[in-house]
Amino acid sequence: MRASPYIGLHIVIAILALLPFVLPNSFYMDLAIRMAINAVIVLGLNLLIGFAGQISLGHAGFLGIGAYASAVLPTHFNLHPLLAMGAGAALAGLLAALVARPIFRLKGNYLAMATLGLGIILNIALRNEAAWTGGPDGMPIPALGLAGFELNGDRQWYWVVAALLAVSVWASLNLIDSPFGRALRALHGSEVAARVVGVDVARYKLAIFVMSAVFASLMGSVTAHYIGFVTPGVADFFHSIELVTMVVIGGMASVYGSLIGAVLLTALPQALATFEGWETVVFGAILMLSMIFLPRGLVPTLAARFGRGV
Amino acid sequence: MLAQFLQFLFSGITVGATYALAALGFTLIYNASNVINFAQGEFIMLGGMLAVFFAQSGLPLPAAMLLAILVPAGVGVLIEKLAIEPVKGAETVSLIIITIGASLVIRGLAAVGFGKGTFSLPAFSGETPIDVLGATLMPQSLWVLGVTAAAVGALWYFFNYSLAGKAMLATACNRMAAQLVGIDTNGVLFLSFALSAGMGALGGILIAPLTLTAYDVGVMLGLKGFVAAVLGGLGNGLGAVVGGLLVGLIEALGAGYISSAYKDAIPFVLILLILFFMPRGLFGARLTERV
Repeated sequence: MRASPYIGLHIVIAILALLPFVLPNSFYMDLAIRMAINAVIVLGLNLLIGFAGQISLGHAGFLGIGAYASAVLPTHFNLHPLLAMGAGAALAGLLAALVARPIFRLKGNYLAMATLGLGIILNIALRNEAAWTGGPDGMPIPALGLAGFELNGDRQWYWVVAALLAVSVWASLNLIDSPFGRALRALHGSEVAARVVGVDVARYKLAIFVMSAVFASLMGSVTAHYIGFVTPGVADFFHSIELVTMVVIGGMASVYGSLIGAVLLTALPQALATFEGWETVVFGAILMLSMIFLPRGLVPTLAARFGRGV
Repeated sequence: MLAQFLQFLFSGITVGATYALAALGFTLIYNASNVINFAQGEFIMLGGMLAVFFAQSGLPLPAAMLLAILVPAGVGVLIEKLAIEPVKGAETVSLIIITIGASLVIRGLAAVGFGKGTFSLPAFSGETPIDVLGATLMPQSLWVLGVTAAAVGALWYFFNYSLAGKAMLATACNRMAAQLVGIDTNGVLFLSFALSAGMGALGGILIAPLTLTAYDVGVMLGLKGFVAAVLGGLGNGLGAVVGGLLVGLIEALGAGYISSAYKDAIPFVLILLILFFMPRGLFGARLTERV
């Protein structure tokens, strides 16, 4: 039982290592990179939503902070892209820490409202401050590099992102089995009971919120550098919803569920492109159907069916 | 000065009335099922778009409006029967995703059916503005306020004097107890979806002559209605109406005096500030958590 989560980790690493040799062309390579990026974001978000039980409907806002830090700071202030990435993460973490205390006194739908509001305000600010952000049209992003070496081409990006993903899976697995992870699960179960047994509820909520915000901001920067361009769409309400959907469809509080959710929902729009004009309808219907028939998400439902804990 | 202030005031309460109707919709469904219906905004959109559609296809305006209320109400009932009833007691996040899925389906169908253009509905009684102390008031604004007031009044009467209304209130207080005294709580759920969809559609029809309508107007209107419902304290009917008017007013004043570019952000800044200091909104009940 103790060793079982790491079997999964080995499988993930094996798949990641073999994938570039199997993928037929750069279209699939690009898809794989975007899946891996989303998977890292979703892992962070699942720690917050699935394990700690705190919903966030504004997470794309933090992604936006990272993406725009990587765009604005090098362009307007000549900052090195890596420093800009760090600054974005610091800003996202700081903002998360600042709002965490008042926000996490809220529960359920009130918390949903507050995080949703936060995301929308960030998105509107990005749209309006056109002098800095290029407004609704967005702005280009300089290349990411260090000491003369510049990241470019699908292959290089793939290995960077795959390494990030492997480390994130390993870190998440360790985290949930640590005292920190147990405290999170305790406060998900019952906040009052967790407090009674000595869990500093407010501090843990703050820590996990800041952590997932920093995760999101870093990956926002990575996405932006990879695509080479950023628009306010990265931070909009619908993107936040997409991320939450990845968490829930894969399976709340399931590390491997996060991966499956990210993979499926990143691929879905591609698969739906053939429906010409009906994409939104089909996408919505799939969301509804999967929640109605698999309310606990894919991985936990399947794991329960086959009688094994994942 | 005064004229300008009055102008903002008029546009504020007019839009606020739509938010109030949307907020009432959120409140009704929340009380019956603890679900936040993220498809609420799509009912507003459907109301406006269907009214345009039926009016253009030759129906007299009142008939077009009636149909534009009844069809969304039917859609609301359909959502409840197909997607909400089967998953009773699911986690908040799952329910949020289901209703968001429903909103995507409705918005997608509207985009396919009506196209992605913008449409306008003729004003109910002419476009000649009324001059009030230097500010102009559109006759349509009076329609919006009057009909909204009538709808709220009718709802108040329904909840206080009819058996079905009282059954809904009882279910909101305690579903288990309501079931035990023989109230058909599934019927209540059915009715609350029909009512709140109809209410949202009514708001959408009333505001359509003033603001134009398109397949995607529901998102922002719905979210602001949600802000209004939370502002008033989720589950509080009077709070929803007051919250709606307040959100509309503050948005209009903020857009007028502070920044029109940040108009859409104002309701969300407002709700964050309110929630920081009053975690259950203005009129929300205090709850104690049982372990």
